[in-house]
Amino acid sequence: MKFIKKLVSSAYFWLTMLFFYLPIIYVIVFSFNESKSLTRFTGFSLQWYQKLFESRSIREAIYYTLLIAVIATIISTIIGTLTAIGLSKSNKILRAIVLQINDIPMMNPDIVTAIGFMLLFTSLGVDKGLGTILLAHISFCIPYVILTVMPRLRQLDDNLAEAALDLGATPLQALTKVIIPQLKGSIISGALIAFTMSFDDFVISFFTSGPKVSNIAIYVYSSIKRINPTINALSTIIVVIVTTVLIIVNVVPMIKDRKTRGIEE
Amino acid sequence: MKTFSKLTWPYIAWISAFVVLPMLLILLYAFTKEGNSIITLSFTLENFAKFFSDAIFPMVLWRSLKIAFFTTVICVLLGYPAAYIIAQMSEKKQAFAILLITLPMWINMLIRTYSWKGILAYFDFDSQINVMIGMVYNFLPFMILQIHTSLSKLDRNLITAANDLGADSVQTFLRVTLPLSMSGVISGITLVFLPAVSSFFIPKLLGGGEYVLIGNLIENYFISVGNWNYGSAISLIMALVIILSMFVTKKMDQKTGGEE
Repeated sequence: MKFIKKLVSSAYFWLTMLFFYLPIIYVIVFSFNESKSLTRFTGFSLQWYQKLFESRSIREAIYYTLLIAVIATIISTIIGTLTAIGLSKSNKILRAIVLQINDIPMMNPDIVTAIGFMLLFTSLGVDKGLGTILLAHISFCIPYVILTVMPRLRQLDDNLAEAALDLGATPLQALTKVIIPQLKGSIISGALIAFTMSFDDFVISFFTSGPKVSNIAIYVYSSIKRINPTINALSTIIVVIVTTVLIIVNVVPMIKDRKTRGIEE
Repeated sequence: MKTFSKLTWPYIAWISAFVVLPMLLILLYAFTKEGNSIITLSFTLENFAKFFSDAIFPMVLWRSLKIAFFTTVICVLLGYPAAYIIAQMSEKKQAFAILLITLPMWINMLIRTYSWKGILAYFDFDSQINVMIGMVYNFLPFMILQIHTSLSKLDRNLITAANDLGADSVQTFLRVTLPLSMSGVISGITLVFLPAVSSFFIPKLLGGGEYVLIGNLIENYFISVGNWNYGSAISLIMALVIILSMFVTKKMDQKTGGEE
């Protein structure tokens, strides 16, 4: 009875995994297809990879995706962290109001946030392009940074910063030498969330980008009207990079852990 | 220490410009006539009247709510057992299982949705089923992760206690485990229903062109048609419907919570 239960459980689990990974594997296989077909594998070929590397628009899309994600992460992490610190020292009412408004971009459907930005930029007569995408990305990343850093701030001992100030540190020194170092871990995880949010975004980028700037998602969206196997190749490369990074991030600490444990033993 | 509170000022300015102002603009556009400028502003309710008088739009809204509802139900039904099975694993296996579930989430949603195109071509489903498969695929991980979090926080002693007091495994599950994991189910529902109602690229990619949801209407009115006033009104109606359904879900949560 117990054996059957276990069997059913693991069968269910692996079926779920199959559901998650089947389309990804399918795309990888068909990225090596000789023909354009998405349903019939006619033979092995690397032509879609060759086309991918030759395509200027794809190279640009990858470049913009990374550029936007890096800049948006840096700026939103700085603003988000400083805001979180400020909020922890502000009065309750102000904090409640700011946190409430901070929730709006996270609770709103992406498309509503996106058209809000679009209306804002056009009303102000700003040309849509790299600048507008960046502003939008920074805006939707900051709330996540604030919400990641805030809980850690609540655990901090106020007396440390107080002591630093009493011992003659300027507020800036207290901030950079006492408060921020204690927040390091949560700042890094906030930055990571910001990076993935920006890297992954399609809807908001789509509504705030001009004709000159497109990221990977916009490129995929605009080229799906016709069958385009270079997208299979592009997807495969992204899958490989993401998987490698995640394995390194997750496995390296495990090996380190085992090594240190080995020394202790 | 009070000097640090000044650090919030830049962000207060930022959210006024980039969060509050855009929302006000949507409101303004929704309640004004097309082709307005600040000088000739004239308010109107005709955008809303148009929505409800046209037979197509309420139908599309209804269809979006229906497909989001079924997607959410399927995600709960598929996701709960998966989360439960994962929560029973040893700690190391759990970490690995969670990694397996989160890994595809790092790949762009658009690319993951696109990757279904080939597989779905083998089957002859109608557009609605295709779109629903795409939605379940995209949002199921959120549901599993939310339920898993609430299950792993659950105090094991409670289950032992129930067993000691003579409850069989079905009773323990229905009376102890399930009610205590409801908070995870509810937050999972929020994370699935909300993006499912407003999604516009999943129907566009997998629905085969003629299948339209409320998100596609909004996209059309902003990108192709260029009637922003009407588009804003549709978004506002959608946002209100979503807020209302979230409110109902929360009320249900409080009700089930009250029974504990």
